[in-house]
Amino acid sequence: MIPSQFEFQAPTTVDEAVGLLANGMDVKVLAGGQSLLPVLKLRMADPEMVVSLNKVDALRGVRREGEHLVIGAMTTHAEVATDPLLSAHAGLLSKVAATIADPQVRNRGTIGGAVVHADPAGDMGGALLAADAQMTIAGPSGTRTVAAADFFVDFFTTAVDEDELLTEIRVPVFDGWGADYQKFTRVAQQWSIVAAGAMVRTTGDQIAEARVVLTNMDSVPRRATAVEQALAGTALTEEAVASACAAAAEGTNPTDDLNGDANYRRHLATVLTRRAVLAAAGYRSS
Amino acid sequence: MTIMEERQAEIGRPRPRKEDARLITGRSKYTDNITLPGMLHLSMVRSPLARARITSIDTSAARSAPGVVQVLTGADLADEQGSMPNAWPITPDQKTPPHPAVAVDTVNFAGEIVAVVIARSAAAARDASELVDVEYEDLPVVTDLAAAARDEEIIYPELGTNKSATWVFDSAQAGTGGDVEEALANSEVVVERTFTQQRLIPAFMEPRSTVVDPTGEQITMWSATQIPHVLRVMLALTLGVPESKLRVIAPDVGGGFGGKLQVTPEEVITLLAARRVGKPCKYTETRSETMVGAHHGRDQLQTIRIGANRDGTVTGLDVHLLADMGAYLGLITSGIPILGAFMFNGIYKFSAYRFECTNVFTNKVWTDAYRGAGRPEATFAIERIMDELATELGMDPIELRRKNWIAHEEFPFTTVASLEYDSGNYEAATDKALELFDYEALRAEQRRRRESGDPVQLGIGVSTFTEMCGLAPSRVLGSLDYGAGGWEYAQVRVLPTGNVEVVTGVSPHGQGHVTSWSQIVADRLGVPFENVEVLHGDTQVAQRGMDTYGSRSLAVGGMAVVAATDKVIEKAKQVAAHMLEAAAEDITFSGGQFSVRGTDQGVSFNDVALATFAAHDMPEGFEPSLDSDATFDPENFSFPHGTHLAAMEVDTETGQVRVHKYVCVDDVGHVINPLIVDGQVHGGLAQGIAQALFEEAVYDDSGTLLTGSFTEYLVPAAPDLPEFTVDRTYTPATTNVLGVKGVGEAGTIASTPAIVNGILDAVRHLGVRDVAMPCSPSRVWNAIQQAQSSGQQATEPEVAP
Repeated sequence: MIPSQFEFQAPTTVDEAVGLLANGMDVKVLAGGQSLLPVLKLRMADPEMVVSLNKVDALRGVRREGEHLVIGAMTTHAEVATDPLLSAHAGLLSKVAATIADPQVRNRGTIGGAVVHADPAGDMGGALLAADAQMTIAGPSGTRTVAAADFFVDFFTTAVDEDELLTEIRVPVFDGWGADYQKFTRVAQQWSIVAAGAMVRTTGDQIAEARVVLTNMDSVPRRATAVEQALAGTALTEEAVASACAAAAEGTNPTDDLNGDANYRRHLATVLTRRAVLAAAGYRSS
Repeated sequence: MTIMEERQAEIGRPRPRKEDARLITGRSKYTDNITLPGMLHLSMVRSPLARARITSIDTSAARSAPGVVQVLTGADLADEQGSMPNAWPITPDQKTPPHPAVAVDTVNFAGEIVAVVIARSAAAARDASELVDVEYEDLPVVTDLAAAARDEEIIYPELGTNKSATWVFDSAQAGTGGDVEEALANSEVVVERTFTQQRLIPAFMEPRSTVVDPTGEQITMWSATQIPHVLRVMLALTLGVPESKLRVIAPDVGGGFGGKLQVTPEEVITLLAARRVGKPCKYTETRSETMVGAHHGRDQLQTIRIGANRDGTVTGLDVHLLADMGAYLGLITSGIPILGAFMFNGIYKFSAYRFECTNVFTNKVWTDAYRGAGRPEATFAIERIMDELATELGMDPIELRRKNWIAHEEFPFTTVASLEYDSGNYEAATDKALELFDYEALRAEQRRRRESGDPVQLGIGVSTFTEMCGLAPSRVLGSLDYGAGGWEYAQVRVLPTGNVEVVTGVSPHGQGHVTSWSQIVADRLGVPFENVEVLHGDTQVAQRGMDTYGSRSLAVGGMAVVAATDKVIEKAKQVAAHMLEAAAEDITFSGGQFSVRGTDQGVSFNDVALATFAAHDMPEGFEPSLDSDATFDPENFSFPHGTHLAAMEVDTETGQVRVHKYVCVDDVGHVINPLIVDGQVHGGLAQGIAQALFEEAVYDDSGTLLTGSFTEYLVPAAPDLPEFTVDRTYTPATTNVLGVKGVGEAGTIASTPAIVNGILDAVRHLGVRDVAMPCSPSRVWNAIQQAQSSGQQATEPEVAP
């Protein structure tokens, strides 16, 4: 497994990194490498230069700024999974990060690398949609902010241009919400066949508000807005939630592959959405 | 007076393996670790097409790339490469297509080698291989086994058919039973099923690698192989290199599972390349190349008919197989289904049996040995259909088996398939398994979930098995037209200090032979475990051998070690007698001490070793050496058996399947090292469960492998498997003095049907009759949906299992 020859740069600042992206060469950004290195070794890509962000310390870590949490793009999945701020105020992100691949990958792979890679089966995109994340992108003419809803464009394509870098992800502080992520795989270390994420706020025996997202049901992560609307104000019972979640697959466009056809995926989406919502709402069957 | 401490027996001790510390800490020498002065590196150019005519190959750009020494095509090697060997022509008229190591005119599977680049570095070779420009003319591709057998498109027009051979066993003709058609016609119940044994990829941990050094008086090959001895002979026969000019070494080898029981094109090519350029050459494949280019396993279509009377007595079994050879016949490709021919009757006393297998070519990489090789396929078919028969009869699946199995007191027993099972105790293993499993409690839980309509249903899968292993009596292999024998060789060498070197002809690649052999010899010679060194895997060290496969190493190779050790003791007794001025027949040997019977006079093994080394005063006519060797050819196979029980949970909402509980009680006879035997069972279970649930090599209609990486080809890891309850009964084999039977394949053979039977048992009441392997969630869910929508609600059996 030998990649084609490439030049390697490891800048220490964002400016330096952005400068390297504009050097006219075919550049790939290394932000953990858990997808990029296999791609290089399989020669599915043969960039002239690889720019590693590993030494850009400013891109690491999670901090609170007022009513927002700011996650550096180079924060690893393992850090996202265990960070106390995220666990307390953006629980879906922590839960999702804990399901990604295996411990080795979580210790190397980063949230920024994963979402810019934008594999439709990638887990974190949906969580960012649910949390109304804002994505900070640095480029030759400064930084810009894109809502997560506009970030994912197509298979392996995001709003980040070739001369840009994702630097930060900002999510509002959520208090009083429960979260759950139902990831469906055949073996533990596998991309999601389908997954459903839910953030739910309850009042008494009712669901006050819900955010529901689906992984691998389309070329990009999808928010199930019809389900969210049906859930708002509904009773927290299995029947009511199941009824609201029946429409989970509406408007999605899943693929057929060896793990199941589109019809099966649509069915899974309804089951997993129901389970995620009930779990996020803290529902216990009697 | 000294108190002699009772020496603890080594046999039966759960010794951690001698090999482990070195392997785990990386002090290992795998083939790819070998670097020789001036060594060059190879990269293969492989066909992306499954069937095509090669119209031109332009190597000019690759030849002029940096670091490239030479580029060779099939045309360059045509005169010297011969045809890859098939050592098991199963019938005299078997059709065997020529199989060049590097394709010359046509390619017949995607991944076949069409050129090889030799360069100064692996990177340069890999870069240049992309510059080799091959033009192909597409030919129609045949991937479907049943379609191939219909000969609609013939892959090798010169053979006139895609059918390589048909092999039949008929108990009426063999005189071991009646006529099957007659038996089935007279049966009260006949159940027919078609099962698919999907294609599997052996997925050994260490990719294949070969280094060849042509610079000495002999050509030396290091290779990641299970079979250094067989490889040496086959290279000599294939390439015409004098056998005495070849030395083959299997250094540390990281797993094989039958996948390295092969003479590979890559080995032949590395040798030819090294000989051509006169420098050492290395080839190490990528995982992607393993997936497309190393042989696969299984791949059969099985049509099974079983007849029985209403009381559960099975009257006859008819087996009709189509076996997918892939594009070529590898070393024992054609014989793999035949290894199953004798096993479809399992542990049972059937009165009539017929087996017919047709071997068929398709445009896929060839199949060959994979853990169990023929026997898992057979065991799956019989154990699945026994459960279907139990359902049909309304009997508990355990009761049906009890009714038909060979009773303990009936051994030795000649089966309807003509094998003589020497020993077994199916009652004991089954009773123990049922107890550990808590069968009745799980049946009650199953009823509870059914009655409450629990979305997660529970099913209980039963599987019993036996297998013919410990390959094997040379006489029997000869009768099956196998190209080699089944003996094994060992040498025991006594060093002056009393340390012992054991040379074994088997070739371990993860089995722990170094540890087990040390335990056997330590006990027999009364020397410390640590004083025994086991040498193997080099044709210059272990000059004879038949290598490791078919759960043969202990039952055959271990017995050769015993025989050689006993010869050492006989020689040492003569020296001891001379030292003690006694007659040899008065010398006893125990705990490393030679004594004169009825006296307190004695000498130690070490004293005798040193005296023999000095040789100052030897018995008259005694050759001053204790070293001995032995070749052991067993009289029979060994027949381990076991009962496996799986409680399977099926989430009827998603089709997700989970192993709730797994109990196996195997009987592998006496156990040398329980830790190693447990490990063999655990690993076997993992691979067998993987066939049931996860693994399948899938080709599309154009012959492209869709499961070309571990992203698509799902190999389970620890979180995907349950905690196994592994136990044993101990019925010693009567055909070897150690009383041992094979264990390497047991878990793989028994577990697959246990899992699938468990899944079916969980959803049969919903109308599901079968789920194809691997039983993926989508297949299970779709099977439930189809059963429900077709309204094919199964009636509850009268006697609820």
